Amino acid sequence: MTDTVTALETSGLGKRYGRTWGLQDCSFLLPQGRVAALVGPNGSGKSTLLRMAAGITVPTAGEVRVLGSSPQDQTVDVLTRIGYLDQERPLYKTLRVEEMLRFGRSLNPAWDDQLARRYLAELDISLRSRVGKLSTGQQAQVALTLCLAKRPELLLLDEPVAALDPLARQRLMQVLLGSVVDGGITVLLSSHALSDLEVVCDYVIILSASHVQLADDLDRVLATHRLLVGPRRDPSAVPNGVEIVSATHTERQSNWLVRAEQPVTDPSWEVVQPTLEEVVLAYLRDQASGGKVSLRSPSAPEHAGNHTNNEDVGAR
Amino acid sequence: MDHDGLPKLDGALIHFRLDPRTGVPAYRQLVDQVRHGVRLGVLQPGDQLPSVREVVTQISINPNTVHRAYRELEAAGLAEGRPGLGTFVLAPATPPITAEHQTELQDELDRWVGKARAAGVDDEGIQALVAMSLLERDDRNVNEERVAR
Repeated sequence: MTDTVTALETSGLGKRYGRTWGLQDCSFLLPQGRVAALVGPNGSGKSTLLRMAAGITVPTAGEVRVLGSSPQDQTVDVLTRIGYLDQERPLYKTLRVEEMLRFGRSLNPAWDDQLARRYLAELDISLRSRVGKLSTGQQAQVALTLCLAKRPELLLLDEPVAALDPLARQRLMQVLLGSVVDGGITVLLSSHALSDLEVVCDYVIILSASHVQLADDLDRVLATHRLLVGPRRDPSAVPNGVEIVSATHTERQSNWLVRAEQPVTDPSWEVVQPTLEEVVLAYLRDQASGGKVSLRSPSAPEHAGNHTNNEDVGAR
Repeated sequence: MDHDGLPKLDGALIHFRLDPRTGVPAYRQLVDQVRHGVRLGVLQPGDQLPSVREVVTQISINPNTVHRAYRELEAAGLAEGRPGLGTFVLAPATPPITAEHQTELQDELDRWVGKARAAGVDDEGIQALVAMSLLERDDRNVNEERVAR
């Protein structure tokens, strides 16, 4: 696994829709070979980010670079190296699966027909089926297969498992992860299925209130976040070298989710390893409550809280 | 290994599973399951572990996690990566439980569980007692090591 090459890089990236920023001041690096989760509430800018990376939406500010090039240049070279799957899964419902394959073949120079046929056979999807007659799960499989047959180096998936039943979700992930092993591709996928992501992904980008809250290796994220449980006390009692991400209190007890570079050894706290889900929710809760403890987004306040009525700004 | 008379499901000798609720990292769960398999004799020296692709498509897990688990097993001397071939089980440091021992221990444990039930201890209580006993033993071992030094 080489980390030296960057698959996706953004710096100061932003997109404004009218007077509202759909995404702002977004800077992160995604090393090659990772399976990255893009998480955040609806309207936090996930779709906008993916569409800018895919070269579909033009940024208002900043820069996005995919595999070293700008997708906005619309050079055929970089666009053929990106696979993008919209959450709407655009398929021609009246076509047969094999006609979709022919379509893909004629549009993509690096098209791998054998791979597409092999994946579809593994999924028991007949090439003769009409796309519109397939189940939602099978349509998702076909859409992903078409994306993978393009042989992309970077795969951008917007909510690939939304609306799928657990079995279809699992099969889609199996195809996706199998293709990561086969082709060494980098994946960035947005999802709300937090508990699934912890085993599927090895990189995490948390978006909230149109800003990047965190972008790091999953291992590092888990290693540097701790849940502190102890008798109720005020935030000044927090151990040195620890940043509070979110705090909840009962009459007797304080629960703090903190970011700590060093192990917390203070014996007055019970120190627990949080799950990815708990870490993500802590960052989202922090923003929803007005972002009192702003970790990575000093310019957030004027936009904090607008994501609730801002549903899916990036979607058509 | 001879599999005569057993239903042959697929090429893999063990199937991994992940329990998301334990809080144990996924790579460690894989490592533990291989250790467990070796201890019970399900896996024997020379057996091939499932390929990364097999594991990934079987339990929807990140490929790097499987690589990491196999690296850990290699570092622990439990497995060996053979370039281009795969990862293979090595002879374990602790011998597997013999069938005779397993039966004997299981019988004793059954009797003990019966006693605990009769005393009104529920499943959770039984698990807590077992965990406590293991923990105390670990502590004792650590202390003995300290004394030995």
